[in-house]
Amino acid sequence: MARFAVLVFPGTNCEGDVLHAIEAVTGQPAALVWHKEGSLDGFDAAVVPGGFAHGDYLRAGGLARFSPVMEPLIEMAESGRAVVGICNGFQILQEAGLLPGAMLRNVSLSYVCRDVRLRVEANSSPLTCGLAPGTTLRMPVGHAEGNFRADDDVLEALEADEQVIFRYCDDGGEASDAANPNGSRNNIAGVRNARGNVAALMPHPDRAYEEALGGVDGCRLFESLHRFTES
Amino acid sequence: MKFRVRVLVRLRPSVYDPQGEAIRKAIAADPRLSAETVRQGKMFDLEVKAGSPSEAKARAEEIASRVLANPVLEDYSVQVLLD
Repeated sequence: MARFAVLVFPGTNCEGDVLHAIEAVTGQPAALVWHKEGSLDGFDAAVVPGGFAHGDYLRAGGLARFSPVMEPLIEMAESGRAVVGICNGFQILQEAGLLPGAMLRNVSLSYVCRDVRLRVEANSSPLTCGLAPGTTLRMPVGHAEGNFRADDDVLEALEADEQVIFRYCDDGGEASDAANPNGSRNNIAGVRNARGNVAALMPHPDRAYEEALGGVDGCRLFESLHRFTES
Repeated sequence: MKFRVRVLVRLRPSVYDPQGEAIRKAIAADPRLSAETVRQGKMFDLEVKAGSPSEAKARAEEIASRVLANPVLEDYSVQVLLD
């Protein structure tokens, strides 16, 4: 059995979806953990859900890294357990230094809220370990700051080390400009850390885990996360 | 002593600024106005306790580098306001 922590900051608003998705897809127990908690003892993995932690004040995710729960979260990452971010959770993990790069305002300047198609680039992460590279998945995005940015040398290293785990693609699986919803460099939708136990993506698997939501491809990511905790 | 310190945070020159570009286009929409480039940034006015202006500046620089700016995207400058 694996036990999942779902972190909640003031302004987080996807914790209920993530909690339910984990329980429904994996059958494993999950619990909400308030950002003032100083311990994540007893958890095998943590998910940082989407929303607007600390109101996106200063920068999206910029203040969350000063919350007390970040210390045990970083310890969890350093111990090799799975730490996963979705949308604002991705931004928080970047700001905390657990994942590379940063998110700029979308090139369109618009809040983008629609289904996108993702191509799995590498299965060396807690979100993709059960998926074959080249698999494409459909799920929604909902963000204004998802324009992935890293310096050229960092980007080259990420690509060389297969730390890019998801790319925005079209229905044919091509990572085209037209399929890029926010201007992200190299169509990057998700990355992992060097060790391969911390990963995040901008799209929402927590909004695509049952047919009533319009799609079930998000289940594959939660199944991967479950598999990772058992390995 | 308390010093007033102004921190300016802006996107690094190599980083495309979609907001600044949208503002430039809005300026250009008025035929009487034009700007070659526009870059948007943030301003923070801090009051810090320090023994001297240089110490106040050093304290503000640490705050800017650790909190106010994200080094992946942004640069900052720090100025002690003496009035």
